[in-house]
Amino acid sequence: MIRVIVVGNGMVGYKFCEKFIAKSGQEKYQITVFGEEPRRAYDRVHLSEYFGGKTADDLSLSTSEWYAENNITLNTSELIIDINREDKTIRTHLEKTHTYDYLVLATGSSAFVPPIDGVEKEGVFVYRTIEDLDAIMAYAKKIKQKGATEAAVLGGGLLGLEAAKAVRDLGLNPHVVEFAPRLMPRQLDKGASDMLQSKIEELNIGIHLNKATQYIDGKESITGMMFANDELLKVDMLVISAGIKPRDELARVSGLEVGLRGGVVVNNQMQTSDPSIFAIGEVALYNQNIYGLVAPGYEMADVAAEQILNGTKTMRETIDMSTQLKLIGVEVASFGDPFIENNDVTAIVYENKLSGIYKRINVTKDSKTLLGGILVGDSSDYNSLFQIYSNAMALPKNPEDLILGSRDGSGGSTLGSAMDLPDTAVICSCENVTKGAICCSILDESCSTLSDVVKLTKATSGCGGCKPMVSDLVKATQKSLGKEVKDVICEHFNYNRQELFDLVKINKYENYYDVLDHHGTGDGCEVCKPVVASIFSSIYNDTANKHVTTQDTNDRFLANIQRNGTYSVVPRVAGGEITAEKLIVIGEVAKQFDLYTKITGAQRVDLFGAHLNDLPKIWKILIDNGFESGHAYGKSLRAVKSCVGNAWCRYGMDDSAGFAIELENRYKGIRSPHKLKGGVSACIRECAEARGKDFGLIAVEGGWNLYIAGNGGANPKHAVLLAEQIDKETVIKYMDRFLMYYIRTAGPLIRTSTWLEKLDGGLDYLKEVIIEDSLGICDTLEAEMQTLVNTFECEWKQVLEKPRLLKRFNHFVNSDEKDDNVVFVPLRDQKMPKAWT
Amino acid sequence: MEEILNQYETVHPNDAKIWFKAGKISDFPTNRGGCIKYKNKQIAIFNFTRRNEWYACQNACPHKMEMVLARGMTGSADDIPKIACPMHKKTFSLVDGSNLNGEDYKIATYPIKVVEDEVFVGFLD
Repeated sequence: MIRVIVVGNGMVGYKFCEKFIAKSGQEKYQITVFGEEPRRAYDRVHLSEYFGGKTADDLSLSTSEWYAENNITLNTSELIIDINREDKTIRTHLEKTHTYDYLVLATGSSAFVPPIDGVEKEGVFVYRTIEDLDAIMAYAKKIKQKGATEAAVLGGGLLGLEAAKAVRDLGLNPHVVEFAPRLMPRQLDKGASDMLQSKIEELNIGIHLNKATQYIDGKESITGMMFANDELLKVDMLVISAGIKPRDELARVSGLEVGLRGGVVVNNQMQTSDPSIFAIGEVALYNQNIYGLVAPGYEMADVAAEQILNGTKTMRETIDMSTQLKLIGVEVASFGDPFIENNDVTAIVYENKLSGIYKRINVTKDSKTLLGGILVGDSSDYNSLFQIYSNAMALPKNPEDLILGSRDGSGGSTLGSAMDLPDTAVICSCENVTKGAICCSILDESCSTLSDVVKLTKATSGCGGCKPMVSDLVKATQKSLGKEVKDVICEHFNYNRQELFDLVKINKYENYYDVLDHHGTGDGCEVCKPVVASIFSSIYNDTANKHVTTQDTNDRFLANIQRNGTYSVVPRVAGGEITAEKLIVIGEVAKQFDLYTKITGAQRVDLFGAHLNDLPKIWKILIDNGFESGHAYGKSLRAVKSCVGNAWCRYGMDDSAGFAIELENRYKGIRSPHKLKGGVSACIRECAEARGKDFGLIAVEGGWNLYIAGNGGANPKHAVLLAEQIDKETVIKYMDRFLMYYIRTAGPLIRTSTWLEKLDGGLDYLKEVIIEDSLGICDTLEAEMQTLVNTFECEWKQVLEKPRLLKRFNHFVNSDEKDDNVVFVPLRDQKMPKAWT
Repeated sequence: MEEILNQYETVHPNDAKIWFKAGKISDFPTNRGGCIKYKNKQIAIFNFTRRNEWYACQNACPHKMEMVLARGMTGSADDIPKIACPMHKKTFSLVDGSNLNGEDYKIATYPIKVVEDEVFVGFLD
C-alpha cells in the first residue's frame, strides 16, 4: 500500500479525498486524514446559515460512513506538529508518528487579525469556524439581555458582509467598518460599491468606509471603536473578518519554501519544494497568489490527486477569480479583470439608482473582446457574460447590448444559444465541468436525463448558478439526437398541458383520479393536481368547489393564504367603480372581524388577517350586501382596471369605466393557465395602464385599440397592438377568441406574454388565427367562451348555500377553536402577523 | 419559535404509549388533510384513499413555523407519499418526515391506525 496523508480536513482537504477515490489506480493507496477541528469537514462557504438555524451536521460535507466505505481513516481533533522529511514521517500533538509516501498539506488559513490595540478585549471575535460562531452567538445573547443593540464587523469584503448578515440574524444592528474607500475592494469599483452600499444601508446596516481603527475602546470588554479622525463608534461586539492568513506554520518548521507574506510555494503540479509534499487550497502560494475561493481550491485538489496517481493534469496558468453571489439579498458578480483601465480599453457602464442596478463591462477599443466586468443588483447576465469572456467569443455589433439587452425589438439573449459555446467552455465552475463533458454524457448514452447528468458530472451541485445553462445544453443535445424533448407536467403525467387539455376534452373526464388512472401514474402532486383542476374549470366552468381535493390551497379555501396562515378576502369591484353604501359595508366587515385593509393595485379593497373559521361569516355579510367573489385567489381574471372615462374626464373619448365593468363581468371566474388582468383607458393618456395588462383597450378616434399580452410583475412587458379602431362588438369577438386560444394552448402558469413569445410565428401568426380565422376555429372558440360566460356562478355563494361545503372552513377536525398559533402585532394604525424569525 | 418545533418529535409505532381517538373516518377529508388538536399539539392527518393508507405529521411547517401543512396538497414523489406546504411548496415525505426538496428541515411523523370506523394517532405522552 502507498500511504497518502492529508493534513487538514476542510473543504479542499475533503475534495482531495473525493477526487482521489474517484480516479482509476487509487486502489493501491491508503488515505489517512488529520483534522484539528473536532468535526468532519463542513461547508464553510455557507457558514452564515449556521445563524439561520442550520446545525453543524447540516453543514457537514459527508458522513462518517462515507470515510469508512471508502477506506479512508479520519482522525479529528488531532494536530500535526512536525514533519520529518528525511524519514517521511509526521508527528501529532498526541506524540504519535505516522509514515507517508505522499503528504498533502490542506491546512487552509486562519482569520487575519490586524494589529490594533485592544483586539484581545472581551467581545472581539474572528469569523472562521463553527466554534467561533458558537462563541459569537453566546456573547450576542448575553449582551442583548443587558440591552446592547450595536455590533461592528471589521472588513467590508465578501466575508465581512456575510458576517454582517450573521450579526443581523442574531438581532443586533451591524456596522461594517472598512479601511478602503469602498466595499468589496477586490471585486468592485467605486460605482458598484456605492450601489451595493445604498442597497445594504436600506436594510439598516451601517457602512463606515475609509476608517482606520486606532484602538478598541473599553475596559475588559469592548464598548467602542476609535477611528483615526477621533470618531468613536459605540459597539458592544466586534467581529473581525478582514482577510485570511495561510496556515503555513507546519511548512515553516519543516523547512519548506514559503512566500514573503506567507503561503507554501507550489509549482503547477501543486508540489512544494519537497517533491513528495503537496500543498492545496488557501495555504498554497501559486503564482505568488493565495486564492481564497473554493473553485481554485477544488481544482488544486484535483491536480494534486492526479499527480500522485501519476497523471499529467497541471494547474492553469491564470486562475479565474470570477464570482457570482447573493450578499444580504443583493446580487453581486464580477468576472475577468473588473477594473482594467488603459488606452486600449473602454468601460461601458449602466447605472440605475431607482432600481439599484449597476453594470459595467470592459471591452477592447475595437469592440471585439470582453475583458471583465461587474454586476450589482441584477446578475442575471453573469452566465452569458462569463462565457463570452472566458471563451473570448465575438461580441455583438454594439457591445452595450450585452448589459442593456438588444434594443431593436428582436429580443432574445445576447449570447444566443448555449450550444454555440466551444466544447472547452466551463459551464459549472464550482465543479469544473465543461460543455463538452455535459453534451458528451448524453451523446455517448451514459446519461439520458438532466438528473443523470447532474449525478455523473456533479454540474450544478455547487452554487447552482449554472442550472439554466446545463438544462438548456441537455435539452439541445437530446434534440440533436432526434429524441423528443417535451415539457411534461411532472413525474405523474408524461404530457404537457395542451395534450392533457385535449385528453380531458375528448374523453370527457370530470374527475382528477379518472385522468390519473387512465393517463398517469402514482398519487399525483401539487403540480399536476391544480393543472387538471384548472383544465376542468376551463372546459366545464366547474367552480373550485367541485374539485376541492385537487385545487391549490387558495382555491380550496377561496381566499389568499397570507404570512401567518390567515387569509385575505377580496370582493369583486368591477372596473373599480363602487358606491358609498358598498364601501361602508366593506368597512363594517373589516371592523367586525378586525381585519387589516389595503387598497390593491387592481382598484379594489383587500381585507387581511381573516381566520379560516371566519371566512364563511365574512362572505355571508358581503354576499347579503350584493358583493361576489373577486377571484383574487384563482388563476383567473382578477380585475379590469379603468380610468373614470368620458362621464367625468374632460379628455375622455369613451366610457372606459362602463366598458371595463362589462368586460370584467363577462370574463370573471373563468379559470386560465395563469392569472389574467385587463385595463381600459378612455384616451391615449392611458391612466388605466392598460398596456401593462394581459388585455388592454384604449379609446381612440373611431373606436378602440386592442392590445394583448402585456404584464407588470417581475418581467414587465408592454402589451402589443392586435387590432386598431374597432368597435365594442369586435373587441369582444377578438377577446373571446384570444382568451380561449390562450386557455387551450398555454402551459401551466404561463402568462399571456410568455405564451405569445413562445408561440411559433408570434403575433403575426396569432392575428392569422384569431382575426383571419386561418385554422377555422374561431366559431368554436367563441362558442366555448360563450358557454363559460353563460354558466358563471359565484363560488362563495355556492358555499353558503350548501352547508356540507362549509365543513372545510374549520381549522380543526375535532374542535371549533381557531388556530391558536396566530399572533398579531400592531402596524401603524392596524395590525400585522408577528414577524418570521 | 423553536418552542413550537420542540413539541414535535417523531413517534415510532412500537413506542406509542397513548392512542388518541382523533375522530371518525368520515370526519376527515379524503386525499387531503385535516388537522386535529391533541393537548397543545396540532397534528395533520391524511387519508390516501387510493393506497388505503393514513398518515399523520406535525401541522407546523418547519420552514416558517405556520400551522398549515393540513391545508397543503398531498401527492407522491417516486411513490413516496408526500405533503406540499401551501406557503412555499416545501414538500415532505409522510413516511419519514424528510424534506424532498433537498433542504435540511424535516417534520415529525406519528403512527396512525384505523379501527373499524375510528382513527387513532399514537403519542408518547
